[in-house]
Amino acid sequence: MSEAVSAVPAMAEQAPPGRGLRQGSWRRRLLIGVVSLYVAALILAPLGGLFLGTFAEGPAAVLRALTDAQLLGAFGRTLGIAAITVAVHLVFGTAAAWVIVRQRFVGRRLLNSLIDLPFAVSAVVVGYMLLLIFGRNGLLAPLLRSLDLRVAFAMPGLVLATIFVTLPFVARELIPVMEALDAEQEHAAATLGAGGWQTFWLVTLPSLRWGLLYGLTLTFARALGEFGAVLVVGGGIQGRTETATVFVFHALEERQPVAAYAVALVLGLLSLILVTGVNLMRRRKGLA
Amino acid sequence: MIPPSYRARPASAAVPWGAWGLRAAAILYLGALVLVPLAVIVQDGLRQGLAGLWRAISLPIAWHALRLTFWTAAVMACINAVMGTLTSYVLVRYQFPGKRLLEAMVDLPLAIPTLVTGVMLVVLYGPQSPLGGWLESSFGWRVIFAPPGIVLALLFVTFPFVVRTVQPVLEDLDREQEDAAATLGAGAWTIFRRVTLPALSLSILSGALLSFSRAIGEFGAIVIVAGNIPLYSQTAAVYVLGEVESENRLGASAVSIVMLATSLGLVWLVDALHRRLVRR
Repeated sequence: MSEAVSAVPAMAEQAPPGRGLRQGSWRRRLLIGVVSLYVAALILAPLGGLFLGTFAEGPAAVLRALTDAQLLGAFGRTLGIAAITVAVHLVFGTAAAWVIVRQRFVGRRLLNSLIDLPFAVSAVVVGYMLLLIFGRNGLLAPLLRSLDLRVAFAMPGLVLATIFVTLPFVARELIPVMEALDAEQEHAAATLGAGGWQTFWLVTLPSLRWGLLYGLTLTFARALGEFGAVLVVGGGIQGRTETATVFVFHALEERQPVAAYAVALVLGLLSLILVTGVNLMRRRKGLA
Repeated sequence: MIPPSYRARPASAAVPWGAWGLRAAAILYLGALVLVPLAVIVQDGLRQGLAGLWRAISLPIAWHALRLTFWTAAVMACINAVMGTLTSYVLVRYQFPGKRLLEAMVDLPLAIPTLVTGVMLVVLYGPQSPLGGWLESSFGWRVIFAPPGIVLALLFVTFPFVVRTVQPVLEDLDREQEDAAATLGAGAWTIFRRVTLPALSLSILSGALLSFSRAIGEFGAIVIVAGNIPLYSQTAAVYVLGEVESENRLGASAVSIVMLATSLGLVWLVDALHRRLVRR
């Protein structure tokens, strides 16, 4: 009772109502402290731990681990898969976003709701689904055998798995940007005699630049770090389907901590720098 | 009458075959790539009917893996709901040094491959690390290769979910009601509990459900930290991997279907909640 009575006049004297409660109080310090501590313990400490763990045996051991021929092969595979994935989403992701925003047809809403679906599917299940289709006893096995084509336990399977798990990024970035875009400009270009492709290239695409770049960066970063789907559909065969993440997994199992930690650190930093870099660039352009 | 070529037309209508081609490409890209694999897995899991599906799920190891997955995800979602709300409150309402760093930290888990997350946690809390060894010897707490490690990995991976769903709602919240409550003599905690929290409840729930949905399928971080001991620390995703490797198709498909149904069901539920929120 006394608290309520004394609080009101004190506040009325100081500042607009409520202000006194929010600023400079011990409560504020406590909350900031708790949150900072939580984030530091949950996120910063493990990050720092990985740094220290990697260099526990000195930089020479790290360098040796990072120049291992088997690792370089795995890294090359990862980069190749990521590059193909980015190219596919650049073309099809943009096309899908454009179709969903600009065209009206039966099933458009279904298509729109399909985009987010891959995020709700476990990576292991993604790999397994592809095995059910392309595996030895899979749905398309007879067809693949007659064409002498290998998808499962080969590069095409790794690429397909990575395309599936990164599917939402580009379209999700582009759809809101396209929706905000004024269709009038496109119409004007069309009345001035521009063809559909010309309109897209000269009018639509320039406004999509940053959204597209961000979507593609997220795709690339996620492709670098994809593990579960790639492990299941590829089998992690050394020298054939072993990617950088699978290499880390194998190195941990074979008790080579320095190699595992070093590659994990490189993968983590690479993704982090890519994503935050593009984020900063975009924010600086005022298009956040 | 105006000749057809003079009429302003959307670009898509100008070249119908181009528009149709694009539409076909989009349908193939989304439909074939997403729907076909899902249909195949559902068909495979139901090969022996619902009874077969149930038999495969109720095997002790599969059942335990599913239960472990659900309860660790539930514990994570509860912690996330509290800490995520707190974090977004601090980020929206307070100015303090290091705020931008904290803001950047929130998105960090999304940019780090989950496998790397697992490795980081093993380095920090593993039995060979000073911290992990100390926790085990002085408190008897085993973090890594045990269920607590799973919760920790899930907390790391899903940290942004609640923060990023609550933050925009909190930013848009009209503060007049809080000010009114304060003038009426309500304490800070009462204001938060009676005025602020009810306005945020739906977004907190959405964020927590989304993180739960994400946690059901998590693999990369968990496979590293959990130790994957059947009937103790093997989660559903790791169980599916094992069944795929030992070519037990029905077991793999059945557990996959349960995971898929849960995750997709929750995502759709959150979608419905959101539409209700927007309409209000």
